[in-house]
Amino acid sequence: MSTLETLAADIASGTVTIVDLTHTLDPDFPVIILPPEFGQCARFRMEEISAYDHRGPAWKWHNLTLSEHTGTHFDAPSHWISGRDVPNGAVDEIPVDAFVGPVIVIDCSAGVAENDDYELTPEVIQAWEAQHGTIPEDSWVLMRTDWSKRSGDLYLNMKEDGPHSPGPTPDGIRFLVEGRNIRGFGTETVGTDAGQGAHYTPPFPAHYILHGAGKYGLQCLANLDQLPPTGAILMAAPLKIKNGTGSPLRVLAMVNR
Amino acid sequence: MTQRQNYAGVAVTAPFSMPYQRYSIDTAHWWIARALRGSLDAAGLRPAEVDGFSVASFTLFPDTAVGLTQHLGLCPRWLDHIPMGGASASVSLRKAARAIQAGDVSIVACVSGDTNHIDSFRNLLSSFSRFAMDASYPYGYGGPNANFALLTDRYMQTYGATREDFGRLCVAQRENALRNPNALMKKPLTLDDYINARPIADPIALFDCVMPCAGSECFLMMSEEEAQRRELPYAIIGSTIERHNAHAEDDIQLRGGWTLDLDELYGMAECTPNDIDLLQTYDDYPVISMMQIEDLGFCDKGGAAEFVRSHDLTINGDFPHNTSGGQLSAGQAGAAGGFIGMVEAIRQVTGTADTTQVPDAKTAMVSGFGMINYDRGVCSSASIIKTGARA
Amino acid sequence: MIEALQLPPRKDPQKRTVSPTRPPEARSRASLGLSAAAAEGRFALQVCAECNAVQYPPRDACSNCIGTDLPWQNISPAGLLLADTVIQTSTKLYFRERTPWRMGTVKLDAGPVVLCHIHSDCKKNAPVTMLNRLDAAGQGVLLAIPTTRTTNMEDDPLLRALSADPKHRRILITDAWNPNTPALATALIEAGAAAVFVGESESWRPHPNRAALAQIDKVEVQPLDVTDTASVKKLAGEFGGKTDILINNARFMRPGGVLERGDTVFARDEMEVNYLGLMRLAQAFGPAMCGRTADGVNASAAWVNILSVNALSNSPDYGCFSASNAAAYSLSQSLRGEFRSAGLRVMNCFVGPTDDAWYQPLPPPKVLPAAVARSVVDGLKAGLEDVWCGDVAKDVRERWMRDAKVLEREMTTGVDGA
Repeated sequence: MSTLETLAADIASGTVTIVDLTHTLDPDFPVIILPPEFGQCARFRMEEISAYDHRGPAWKWHNLTLSEHTGTHFDAPSHWISGRDVPNGAVDEIPVDAFVGPVIVIDCSAGVAENDDYELTPEVIQAWEAQHGTIPEDSWVLMRTDWSKRSGDLYLNMKEDGPHSPGPTPDGIRFLVEGRNIRGFGTETVGTDAGQGAHYTPPFPAHYILHGAGKYGLQCLANLDQLPPTGAILMAAPLKIKNGTGSPLRVLAMVNR
Repeated sequence: MTQRQNYAGVAVTAPFSMPYQRYSIDTAHWWIARALRGSLDAAGLRPAEVDGFSVASFTLFPDTAVGLTQHLGLCPRWLDHIPMGGASASVSLRKAARAIQAGDVSIVACVSGDTNHIDSFRNLLSSFSRFAMDASYPYGYGGPNANFALLTDRYMQTYGATREDFGRLCVAQRENALRNPNALMKKPLTLDDYINARPIADPIALFDCVMPCAGSECFLMMSEEEAQRRELPYAIIGSTIERHNAHAEDDIQLRGGWTLDLDELYGMAECTPNDIDLLQTYDDYPVISMMQIEDLGFCDKGGAAEFVRSHDLTINGDFPHNTSGGQLSAGQAGAAGGFIGMVEAIRQVTGTADTTQVPDAKTAMVSGFGMINYDRGVCSSASIIKTGARA
Repeated sequence: MIEALQLPPRKDPQKRTVSPTRPPEARSRASLGLSAAAAEGRFALQVCAECNAVQYPPRDACSNCIGTDLPWQNISPAGLLLADTVIQTSTKLYFRERTPWRMGTVKLDAGPVVLCHIHSDCKKNAPVTMLNRLDAAGQGVLLAIPTTRTTNMEDDPLLRALSADPKHRRILITDAWNPNTPALATALIEAGAAAVFVGESESWRPHPNRAALAQIDKVEVQPLDVTDTASVKKLAGEFGGKTDILINNARFMRPGGVLERGDTVFARDEMEVNYLGLMRLAQAFGPAMCGRTADGVNASAAWVNILSVNALSNSPDYGCFSASNAAAYSLSQSLRGEFRSAGLRVMNCFVGPTDDAWYQPLPPPKVLPAAVARSVVDGLKAGLEDVWCGDVAKDVRERWMRDAKVLEREMTTGVDGA
């Protein structure tokens, strides 16, 4: 049997399971909040065009309004100023083999449970590597925080000094990009950066460093607790939007049981 | 003011009343045709012999007198449409008389008629006049009931009239109506019935109000020679007056336009109130009949209450008034309500009133009042007619 | 003396809801001047420019000198009640259902005699004060009330029908985020509202009014996002049948005109909230409210929009925001037409710059939340259609009435170059 025939059989038998890492697109799902004088990310909205009625007797359909960065979504290099000159930096230009690949998961959930502002540092990554081996080049790296289990105003966790949520330090992301040459970095929070990421140098280091190096970001992931630390395959294919800086996603992972 | 010319040589004849109906499925055109036929038959005339046509009606829409000529196959050389409701009979009469005197026309049919469908009274109210639409009907939509309630309220406050006084007038008219087989009201009315009736718009109660109905009235006018040649009983015209929007400065209408022209009315007719054998007032509510009794000189202003207490208003009484029962007891057939008194008066002075005849009636006064354009009746008219030739 | 109006018992679910009927709506064009004055709560009549004679009923030529220049002017509302009647029966269903109905004749100090509605505490041959109010047909009608306040006078059924009094009514305020919401809720409760529902969007983030609203008795916060059709429909499904007054204070605003913005992103948000939000609310809540305008003491009564006065004439500093408000204003006129046959009022409260973050760079005077609340409550009590809140709004209205083109020129004056 070919590799794919084997895979198909394994999926059919449950030896390989497909895990959905996506939140439902819902008008009430939070989006990132910027100072109000800045442009804002559109909320997901759905308007009925017809529903088997006078507007269309036998069919139901909707018009959608949303941002490239609404819900579970993909960040392309051109999303950030550091990545604006990266070749093939828009979602329609990225080679499609980048959308399917190996994924490792760093479990930070215990630390996050103690500290909303938990930081992913080189030390944390190195501790993970001590247990699971060096992160292979061109892998997706996901930071598990169990943040996706939060709802309501606990998700953004906005305080008067801004949101408080976990993320990588500048050194942490630099370690992954420069030290391990990863493919991209994904989180369960609303951005790849920590809630207070504006106060690092550089500000928003995950965005700045990832995209400046032509790497990708994934945000608002769910169900990371169903992934093994290593060995899974991630599938995250953005819509082919001309010059798009990102895209809503259905993110799936294949996991060996 | 130049001396008005008299109405010598003009005959008023062939009175005809089409029996009224509470509701009718027929149209105003039908009612007018029936009344016209009645008068023509009485005079032995064919429609083609009528060269003058005067019409009063509210419910002809979208037609007017013009449409009626084609509808009825008439070919008049003199045509008039009188939109003056309760004042229309005297107005119709005086215009036709002048045209006959001038030779513009030979035989004029003066006709009025309206139908009454279920709901047509409400529809009539809703489009009656611009001022009523703007400034009267939005306030409770009481129609003329409310207008006359206010006049009655003010009249009672000012002159001390009581409901019993209005009741006396209504009771007398009902008594007259019982002698008129065509009157819609067939039951006797007592003063107790009147006082205890269902309130409509205080102080107005049920028996203060006319009953809208369908009906039509007609009479003919021609030269006396013509009437004599045809051997018709006829009346002659002593005098007529009309007046519009009189006393606009009065806050509430407690008098009508008659007061401006009263001397001329009696002067031209060469008579006094004492010479009037019977009075036909426009009586859509008793208060307005009381005002006419005052304003036409039968008593002082404010004295009508005492007048009705001290006079018998029935056919055989000392002051016969609304001998056919008037609108209060015979029904108000739209614009025909403006003709009911005139047609009855013609019968009276020609001795053809039959069951309602006032013995030896020679001189009758007919008064008209109409068109509650906003808060008061705008039009007033009156005529004195006398016996020309009895039946 | 009038008995105090009581909060009605819960509705008998076996009884059919009474269908709305209306007093006569037809008027001559001249007469609509009365409605226009009533929309702002003014007692105005035509006055002849040639001979100064005060006219009534409204007309096209002076009854004193036949002059045809008859501008509407505010007139002394003093008068004397000459005669009155209590109508016990009417051919018009609206009145028939409401008999006995008191009306009468009032001699105005200004001259004319008017037929009008009469408050039940008015005495015959006594002085009265005239009000010019919009009735359920949306037309101006005259009402005589006593010259001094009487007990519970606003509970007179006739006067209540000529208002949208918040007393005993259940009121939805659509946007918890707006700085004016706590003041509005407080003022409505103080005016006797039975309940105030407050719509809250994006409950996944904190907002400054949440704590304040939680402290006001009879206030219930419900999820509502006017940009989300599903959310609006959901709340209407639950609360549409007991929303007696809807106050749409949802607002999205950013400064800037067309060139300053350089894109349509904020403009889209402004239209989503300020214009389409109104449309969504009307589509979801309108039908139920229209069906309940005759539903007893707490029948539905009014739809309120809080609009920038720049809906009338654009202020390029806030050019795109002004445009969205102009769109909402225009839509409110459509709603007036669409709600008219049900007798549901649409009241627009036009405000000048408000004392909040987005108008921070503007000099005073600015409108405080309490002033907006007072304007809305007073407007509802008087059954108004157009309320002008704050000195700037009143000023713009004056200029607009005087000459809309001159106002436009004033608002768009450029900055002097070198």
